[in-house]
Amino acid sequence: MRELHTRLAKLFPLGELTEQRTNLAFVSVPQEHLRSLLLHLRDREGFTHLVLLTAVDWLEEGQFQLTYLLSNRGKACDLGVRVMIPRDGATMQSIHELWPTAATYQRELREMFGIAFPGSPRVEEDFILEGWRDIPPYRRDFDTLKFAVENYSQRPGRETHDPATHMKQQLYPGET
Amino acid sequence: MTQHAPFFTPDRSQYPTQKDDGTLDIDLTSGKYLKLWQGPNHPGITGNMSVELTVCGDEVVEGKTHVGYLHRGFEKLMERRTFIQCFPIVCRICVPEPDFNEYCYAAAVEELAGIQSPVRSDWIRTLILEMGRINSYLMYLGGQAGALGLGIIGQWTTYVRDLMLDRFEELTGARIYHMFILPGGVRDGLPEGFDARMEETLREIERTLKDVYDVMFCNAVFKKRTVGLAVIDPALLESYGVTGPNARAAGVAKDVRKDQPYLVYPELNFEPVIGHDSDIYTRADVRRRDLLVSVDLIRQILDKMPRSGPLMATVPNVLHWKIPRGETYIRGECSRGEYGYYLVTDGSGYPRRVNVRGPSYTHAMALLERLIVNINIADVASLMVSLHTYPPEIER
Repeated sequence: MRELHTRLAKLFPLGELTEQRTNLAFVSVPQEHLRSLLLHLRDREGFTHLVLLTAVDWLEEGQFQLTYLLSNRGKACDLGVRVMIPRDGATMQSIHELWPTAATYQRELREMFGIAFPGSPRVEEDFILEGWRDIPPYRRDFDTLKFAVENYSQRPGRETHDPATHMKQQLYPGET
Repeated sequence: MTQHAPFFTPDRSQYPTQKDDGTLDIDLTSGKYLKLWQGPNHPGITGNMSVELTVCGDEVVEGKTHVGYLHRGFEKLMERRTFIQCFPIVCRICVPEPDFNEYCYAAAVEELAGIQSPVRSDWIRTLILEMGRINSYLMYLGGQAGALGLGIIGQWTTYVRDLMLDRFEELTGARIYHMFILPGGVRDGLPEGFDARMEETLREIERTLKDVYDVMFCNAVFKKRTVGLAVIDPALLESYGVTGPNARAAGVAKDVRKDQPYLVYPELNFEPVIGHDSDIYTRADVRRRDLLVSVDLIRQILDKMPRSGPLMATVPNVLHWKIPRGETYIRGECSRGEYGYYLVTDGSGYPRRVNVRGPSYTHAMALLERLIVNINIADVASLMVSLHTYPPEIER
């Protein structure tokens, strides 16, 4: 993975390589270089399989982390490409032309995180939620508990507990 | 060999034209086309999803997959749960083969927390995963045959699956959601006399599979309706993220158990099953043969596994368990393809993000929508089952 990183670093402004295992590493790249890096990895380095595309919400830092995980079956290794984009007005270029399946991931990310992917096929169509008007639900600032209390009535007599506190009381009642 | 006439001859003059952006110009008021919803409640649908079909006569000209009927927000739910509280949740993401969720989640937590699971627990984990694979394939065979009117196959496979569920019950205490593979190891060892009862079950499965082969795979109707239908071009495998038996039926031996071996697979002797014709029949046959490989693997595991030793590594107090900032991806080869967990931690007692990569995410969406064009309405169910899709993986 170190060799690969050295080769790539000559062509792209890459961040530090995080070697998670011998066959899995993560690297950061600026948003504008993502497409060309992915194309290079796919066509020149044998990373032909897009394993997943997902987002992580770093609310405190005001950023979304997009992770493009690519796999090279011949060399049995995976490379996760991280892209940090600002949370406000989050927009990312689409990669559906490189992998048609990416369109599905991008549709989900648009719906669940509110990240725009201009040009991605059917990206504006509802994917899982229908007629959702609130903030995108997988963002960290979406409060699921508040939403549930406001929108759903509870069965009379039902008790609810905070899971962590309840478990602590059940297992270690004396502990503070 | 006698050439049979096709089931129907579509009238190509009725076909819609393609617009510049690649979408079809379908004018529903023209009377040429009909919108047809297969699902969410339909005998020919796999689980709670639906396919919006646009048909021209009997032929599908466009299909769109719709999901969202059982979205429970697992990934979001887990962000509010401690690491150990996520453990009983994850198995619910996939009903017919829940154990991969448990394994991938446990292995991801172990890796980020720097815990090494004991060797004996790895053998038991492998055993559980292979037992789950058999269950999933048995359900698939029943579904594939049922989609083409062979209802009896489902009754036979459900019977032997029930025997395997008995083995699960005596091993884990549960039949469907086992909650057995937890971060650090497994909950228990094998009960006394388990090997003998498992051997009986495996023999019954082999006997049933012989019958299934005779009645299903040698059946003229089954062959006529599946051979040559819905072929996945091997050139599409990478661009469409096709993995598992769907890829192996196209002649590519993609199998995580061999490509990136995990647990104790390096110590087991087996070869990935492949086919070459890539049609519905081949995909079914690959799964039938793969099922027999799993039967053999279970025998090997029971033969080689250590019978004593620890089952759990030392894990921190689960109430105060904090994992340093990091991210990892753990994958396994489930009965439908590559199953994986992407886990991100931020140093707190809760996961920052859990993302589940289910094989159906690519198979039931982009791939299905491509393969469904130009097939007969009556074959839609058969095609969908042949991709072995489970909607909960799509909308975790």
